[in-house]
Order: sequence, then C-alpha cells, then structure tokens
Amino acid sequence: MLNKQGRQTDIVNLTELPQDSFATHSGNRGLEQDELLIYEIGDTERTGVDLEEVENFENRLGGITREDKIGLAGLSEPETMRHYTRLSRMNYAIDMGLYPLGSCTMKHNPRINEKVARLPGLADIHPLQPMSTVQGALEAMDKLAHWLKTLTGMPAIAMSPKAGAHGELCGLMAIRAALDKRGENRSIVLAPESAHGTNPATATLCGYKVKSIPATENGHVDLEALKEALGPDVAAIMLTNPNTCGLFERDVIEIADAVHDIGGYFYCDGANFNAIVGKVRPGDLGVDAMHINLHKTFSTPHGGGGPGAGPVVLSEALAPFAPVPYVVHSKQGFALVEHMEDGSDSFGRMTAFHGQMGMNIRALAFMMSHGSDGLARVAEDSVLNANYVMASLQDDMTVSYPGPCMHECLFDDRFLNGSGIATLDFAKAMIDEGYHPMTMYFPLVVHGAMLIEPTESESKQSLDQFIGSLRHLVAEAKAGNTELFSGAPYLAPLRRLDETLAARKPVLRWTKPE
Amino acid sequence: MTTYYSEEHEWITVEGDSGTVGITDYAQNALGDIVFVEVPEVGNSYDKGDEIAVVESVKAASEIYAPISGEVIAVNDALEDEPALVNAQAETDGWFYKVTISDADELKELMDADGYKAFTAGLE
Amino acid sequence: MRYLPLSHNDRTEMLAKIGVRHVNDLYKDVPATALLKEPVDLPDHMSEMQVDRDFRAMAEKNIPAGSHPFFCGAGAYRHYVPSTVDYMIQRGEFLTAYTPYQPEISQGTLQALYEFQTQVAQITGMEVANASMYDGSTACGEAVLMARRASRKKKAILSGSLHPQYIEVAKTATKYTDDVTVVNPVDIYDADALIDQIDDETSCVVVQNPDFFGNLQDYSKLAEALHARKAILVMVVTEVVSLGAVRSPGSMGADIVVGEGQSIGNGLSFGGPYVGLLATRQKLVRTMPGRVCGETVDADGKRGYVLTLSTREQHIRREKATSNICTNAGLCTLAFTIHMTLLGEKGFRHLARLNHAKAVKLADKLAAIDGVEVMNDNFFNEFTVSLPIDAARAIERLAEKQILGGVPLSRLYPDNEKLKKQMLVAVTETVTDGDMDRLVSELKEQVNAK
Repeated sequence: MLNKQGRQTDIVNLTELPQDSFATHSGNRGLEQDELLIYEIGDTERTGVDLEEVENFENRLGGITREDKIGLAGLSEPETMRHYTRLSRMNYAIDMGLYPLGSCTMKHNPRINEKVARLPGLADIHPLQPMSTVQGALEAMDKLAHWLKTLTGMPAIAMSPKAGAHGELCGLMAIRAALDKRGENRSIVLAPESAHGTNPATATLCGYKVKSIPATENGHVDLEALKEALGPDVAAIMLTNPNTCGLFERDVIEIADAVHDIGGYFYCDGANFNAIVGKVRPGDLGVDAMHINLHKTFSTPHGGGGPGAGPVVLSEALAPFAPVPYVVHSKQGFALVEHMEDGSDSFGRMTAFHGQMGMNIRALAFMMSHGSDGLARVAEDSVLNANYVMASLQDDMTVSYPGPCMHECLFDDRFLNGSGIATLDFAKAMIDEGYHPMTMYFPLVVHGAMLIEPTESESKQSLDQFIGSLRHLVAEAKAGNTELFSGAPYLAPLRRLDETLAARKPVLRWTKPE
Repeated sequence: MTTYYSEEHEWITVEGDSGTVGITDYAQNALGDIVFVEVPEVGNSYDKGDEIAVVESVKAASEIYAPISGEVIAVNDALEDEPALVNAQAETDGWFYKVTISDADELKELMDADGYKAFTAGLE
Repeated sequence: MRYLPLSHNDRTEMLAKIGVRHVNDLYKDVPATALLKEPVDLPDHMSEMQVDRDFRAMAEKNIPAGSHPFFCGAGAYRHYVPSTVDYMIQRGEFLTAYTPYQPEISQGTLQALYEFQTQVAQITGMEVANASMYDGSTACGEAVLMARRASRKKKAILSGSLHPQYIEVAKTATKYTDDVTVVNPVDIYDADALIDQIDDETSCVVVQNPDFFGNLQDYSKLAEALHARKAILVMVVTEVVSLGAVRSPGSMGADIVVGEGQSIGNGLSFGGPYVGLLATRQKLVRTMPGRVCGETVDADGKRGYVLTLSTREQHIRREKATSNICTNAGLCTLAFTIHMTLLGEKGFRHLARLNHAKAVKLADKLAAIDGVEVMNDNFFNEFTVSLPIDAARAIERLAEKQILGGVPLSRLYPDNEKLKKQMLVAVTETVTDGDMDRLVSELKEQVNAK
C-alpha cells in the first residue's frame, strides 16, 4: 500500500529570501516576538484571579470610598504568562551568557539560594511577629552577621541597609555621629577621582563636601596628594579597594594610618570585595566601615536592578553608633533590639523593620555552599579570569594600567584612535556577538574606559570564546569596517534607542489615546 | 548693544542697564543634545559667579554661573518645551534669562567676540 | 566546587598565559602582612543537600503565617500571591539580568517597569511614578528631601499617626542636612490640627492614609492649606490594597505619594525585600529621586523604553544628585506588576472590598467581647483594639496557641504607657471565618481570666 503523505525533507532546493526584504505581517520574526503593553492587550474588565464573593457588610470607610475609574488593565492567567514570557525573552541575562560588567560582579546565581529563601519558615514570617516565633530567622541573621564579620575581620555589623548606597549612607552616618560625639565639626570627605558616583552623593547627604584626590599614572591613589589634603577638617576618606581601575591600593595601610593620625575615619566602598574575599580581611587594612553588596560578592540575583542588600561592617570605634535594629543573643535565645535605649549613641534607624531578610538568606546560602575554602577560591578564580582576559587582549586593546589586576581589567579607547569608532560603538557591537557590553566610560580617570569583569563563574572555554569575539571586533575596527560598529547593534530586539527624545519629552507612563 | 563673553562660555548682550544671557554656540556644541534647561526664578538676585542655571544633556549636567551680578527680570519660557533651541540657536532664540546690571564694571572682566574666539581656539 | 568551572589544568594554563607561577603572585599589591596565610575560621564548603538541610532546620524554628490564623500588619501585610507571579520572576531572563542600562537587550525589564510606573500612577491617582525605591519607609524619607527641593523650604511636619518607623527613617534621612523635621505626638494627626502648624517655612506635611492606627481621613483641606503656602502634601500608603476601595491621594490633592507596595506580589519575608512606591505630579518629575523609565523609539522607529532623566542621579550628578540611590526594588516591582496585571481593575477592587468586608466582620466580633474596644470610627483592613489586659502579653499567649494575633503597639511605642493595652489587628483575604473564631474565642478566654 503506497502512503501518499510523504514530504520533501531535504534542504537542498529551498528558496532563499533576502533577510532585509522579509517583512512579516505580525511584526514578529520567528522566535523574536513583539509585545504590546498590557494596556493595549487587556482591559479593566478582564482578570486573572478568582476571589471569593464578598458577603454583605456595612462600609466603614468613613465616606471616602473610591468612585473614580482607576484604569488598571487586567489579563487572564494564560495571557499574563505569555505577556511576561515574551518580555523576558528580550532581556540579556547571566543565565544566557558572560556578563562582563566591571564593578558589577555579575556572577552565577545558584538556585538553591532561591529555594531556601522561599521556605515558608523564612519567607512567610512577619517582621513584627513575637520574637519567640521567629527564633530561626534571627539565628539566620546572626549567622550571616558572623560570617560577614569573620570574612572582613571586623567586630561589628549593621544588617539593615537595603543596598550598597544605603550601606554607604549608614557607614558615613556612623562616622558623622562619632565625630559629633567628639564635638568635632569636620566638613570634608576625601574620595579619589575614580570613585563611584554614590560616594559624593552619600557624603552630601551627611552634610559633607567632597574633595577629589587624583590618581597616579598607575591608577592608584596618589599618596602624596592624599597626605597633602589631609587635615583637621577631614572627616573621612572614602576609598574603593580594590579600586575601580581594578587595582589593589598597595598603600592602603599607610593611607589608613594617615587618616587615623588626623582623627579621621576610613570608609571602604566594598563593591569590589569579590577579588579578596577569603584572602584579605579589610579589618587588617585599617578600615573603619565598609558596606558589602550582597548582590555582588555573595550572588543574590540582580533582578533587573534590585533588590540589593548592603550590610555594613564597623570597627570598634564606630560600633556604638550603628543603627537599630540589631540581633542580640542570650540564654533565652535571640532577640532584636529595635529601639535606641537612653544614652545610646546609635544614629537612628535606616529602614522600617530589619533589612533585606530575603537577600540575607540567599547570601548566607551562597557562603555556606562555598565555605571558607571555596570563598577564597572564588576570589582567586575571579582574579585569575580577569588577568587571563587582560593578558589575552593586551596586544589587541590598550590596557590602561600595567597588571596584574584584581577581578576586573581596565582598557581605554586608545586602540580605537583614528578608527572613528567610539567606545560606545565598540561596546554595542558586542551585543551582535551575543555579549552584554562591558562597563563603559567608568571609571572617569581614563578616556573611553572599558572595564571588564568576567567573575569566577566563567569557564576557560567561555573566556576563550569571549576573547575571540573581542579580537574579531578589534580586527574589524582596525580594518576600517566602521559600519559594523556605527549602527550596532543590528541583531538585538531593538536597535539603538533615542535617549535624547526620551529625556526632552519624558513619557513616563501609558495614557489612554485620545 | 554689545555682547560680552565669559570663560565659562556664557554670553551677555547688554542693552541699556539690562542684559540677556545665554550659553555660546561653542558650549552647546560641546554639551551635545540638550534635553533640559533649568532657568532661574524671576525676581531672584544673583552675584557674579553664582550658580544660576543648569543645562542637561542625556548623560551630563552642567552648571551655569552668572556672568554678572543682578536681578533676574525675565526667563526664556520657550526652553521648557523646546530645550533644543539652545542647540539650534544658542546665541539668539536660545537665550536663558534677562538680568539687571547692578555693576557695569563687572562687564570689563568679560571678553569681546574676538577675545572669546581666541580663547576657544586656545582650548582646542 | 560545583560553582567554579576552572579545572586544575585550566588554572595552570591560564597562569602560564599570564606569566606568573602562582595565583598569589596576582595579589602582589596586597601588603604581605595582610594576605591571609590560613583560611578564615569558618566551616568548609557544603553540598547542596547539606545547605538545604541547615536552612530547613532554621526555618522550622519559626511559626510561618500561612499555617496559622494570622492578623499581623503594621506596614507589612499577608496577601495571597498567585503562583504565576513567583514562577515568572524566577525566569532567568528577569532574575539574572542587570539594571537595564543597555536598552537594546533589556526591553523586557524596561517595558515591565513602564507598566509598573503606569499602574502605580493609576492607583495613587497621580500623573507619574518612578521605577521604585527600596521600600515604603525609605521612600518616605526621600519624599521629605524631595519636598524640600521642590518647595525650596526646609521644614517638614510629620503627622503623629505616621508609621513610627517611617518617622524614624525620615528623621535619619534629614539628620545631617539642615532640614527641620517636626515630629508630632501620636494624638496630633487630625487634618485641622496639622493645618494650624503650617507656616511660611513649611516644605511639606507628611500624613498616612489609612494611618498607622488604621484610621481614614479626607486630607483635601490639608492639601488646599498647603498649596496656599506653596508647600507640599506628602501622603503615605502602607497598605496599597486600600487604594482599590479608598479615595486616591491624588484626588485629595497630594503632590507626592509614597507607598509600601509589598502587599501586591510580594511576601512578608520578615521585613524585606519590599517595594517602595513614589508617585508625583508631572511638574515635579525633575526633583524626583530614583530611576525612571520612559518611552522612546529606536533607530528604525520602533517603540521602545529606556531609563531616562538620569541627570538627576548619582552616577552623573554625583554630589548634586537628588539622592544617592543606585538600585530600585527590581524583581519586587516585577512581582508587583505581574500580580497587578492578574488582578486588573476588577480584581483589585474586588480584593479591596473583600479585605474591608472581612475586617468589618472581625471588628464587630472583637467589639462584642466584654471589655474589648475597637478604637476606630472607620478603617480599611486594619484597626486598633483596646484590651483590658497587656496587649504584648496577650499576643505572646496567642502565639503559644499558634495564633499570630496582631501587633502590640508597645512593640513600636515602648515608652507610651497609654498604648500598652492596645494592638493592631489586620484582616486580609487570607483570613477565614475559622481563623476569626479562634482569635475571638482565645482572646475572650484571656480577657475573662483576668
């Protein structure tokens, strides 16, 4: 019996359609799907939840019942799934590939961390439940505090700051409180030129003026310039170490001593702790306060911009000024001190409740998984990976400062001189190669900066592919293939976006078309 | 009607005892696409050198310093809707504010057109 | 080590390529005295199963809300979050993405933020919202600083019925600036009383609706009085579900609305991470702190979204930034948006009515106990109950019977003797009739045993 359902399965005689003439009716291109806003798909009558009927009751809203139409668009559950799934596919993510953002530490996010953070006993507890009913949660907070204090070699910690910048604020407020207690009215905070923008912004919130310290031609803080700037009016120095050029500040102990000699404090921006965790304890370097970005070194997910967490370790001198709340431990178990007692030197409270518990749990799971031995290896591999990238690309791109570097390596745009291609163009072309661009134009101390941080999560194979892509782009740039860069990216869900238009005429929400 | 220029790239055109202030074509070119101009409030007085306005491009914000002392008597409301005027016509329609001249001697510290031209040439 | 892909051979090859013998040679800038010779004194690495086991042991020492009658609120509320939400926020493309600074490959996060901003503006009755703050309390502190920038005046007046921890956070935010923060005692919260305090130095008055004790007020008159003095009304909402039933802050004339968005899409999580809302009027946008997402087009004219107005922010404006904030609540805003999308207007209003109806029911049941009084004339889903006994002790005893009965006011006002016998009781859609009956009967027993 002859089966007439047979189809052609070879691919020899298929028609070729030129890519650029291929306009689809839907606007989609295969798996690349356009997606409208929920307001253009759904409406105010549709819903994706079923709620129990409301029994009759007497309204007790005191005459201020909402009568106006809110305008919220609803979608059924399958539509919601599809909408956000489609959106998700327009994002780059660590799960998809190397994320070489210097200063951001985009490392693998283990899923066990997500799992334990969702255990009902840790996730489904209220911050103001009786303390007797949350002993395990307080134990977890205390345990994380112990790990962080041990890893940093610092005696005290404030656990409530909600992100790195919030931690900076916490540290600087403790410094200000300590100086106020001494009756000293200092007005200046020193920060190197290469500092994160949060440093000066934070100092301003504490009533300080920032004075910038230049870098040497080797990318380190200029020790002589620093010493010259020190004086009785200096409250603190804010120093990132390893610094934002990816270098360990070799004079750090001398800097700390010099700051302490004039009665000031040493704030360390801990954004780059990943390079030294388990290898160097900031407490041994004379640090008085340092925030730890749990979403960097300890791998809590970046989540498209947050939430972060920024516990701050404090020296003996600053410990009395730490904010409430904090966990204490006695024979009766764990307890939270939530209020300043009479005569307390605490500068106050930074947030309602106790901080980013959900992030703390994830970070603790990461630490316990690695252990003391694994964390040192994290630092070593992150530094090894960065140096390998630098060594592999040093003949192709221009290294800003001689190595070895720490966990990130800094290039500048000298290798593009005369090509007509800017750092931005070069970075956007990386998107077409399937990579997220590196950090660009930061730090400000070199021209057209490109800061690459591969993290310890990358295999050698992955690094070699990445290096290969960059070499290819450099070769194309040097060969004068400017189109590859000037219009890049070509292969992303969208081309370059008009940021000028967005800022000139801000449209910050959907409104119903007239 | 005479126009003076400052080293901070402001121009001021003097008419009688008041002047019109803006940023120079050289400055707008360096700033790139201007997306917002924060002008001072009418009625406020500023000393020479005070921060009086802010010009923003997408990735940078620059403070503008009063080239001379005086009271602000008018501001260019058109910039609110059309900051691009500063790019298109920095030294005419893209003016920022008008000010009374409280101390005419301060004008002597500014440059004339040729002086400014030489000054910017030196910056290249 | 399961997270570290480099093999011994890889490391050897890579060190050779770099031209050093040992990884410690890469740490040559570290002062020799500071490079640790021994591992730090902490346990060694663990298998995933061991980690799982350790956390389960800690989790089991707590009483989770879901398994017991639960009535705690005071700024954090337990609502049912549909399964879709948690599934979706765990997609790697959302979970493991960075801040969307490269819009060409971040449209997923950006479009979701744009939807979030629209939803927040709609529920608060405001024109625009930002892409979120850390939480409601820090948003409140930021609002005070923003009001100062917008009004160019320095005196903020805080209502006595503002969440006491929000008051403390606002005080901290302005501690070292030259702002003046006037904190009222708990019984000064009435709009008329606050109007009397406004003077020419006043930048803003901060009120909460429903307030910390659950009371609702129309603040329209306060808004008028403030506007007459070119000052700003900041309204705080710690239970955003109320906005499905209660008149919006925008309709009352608020200029800045800050809120705790945790109720939508986000669990209790022992206090964080939550999602801070901040909404305002279009004309104040440039004084706003935090990230904001806006619509634009790409080079081919296709609609897209970018982070915009960034000259307000620390990475550009440095010491002149509107805030030092450098993150938003990211994934928590996504959870909010997905949950809100599932609800839609219909579901959101229904949810609010359901909360209110249940709260009314429990309030009546509690008020029927001899010696127990509900202090509120009006409320949404939370109210203050006065007991004839110490409230903290009553709640401890309830907890011994596996009932999480509410929040004693003494936990937040330890020095206020008058509040020792009072507690906050919150009722959401998660509370069943059986839960209410258990709370009522156990409380009755305690009161009668007095």
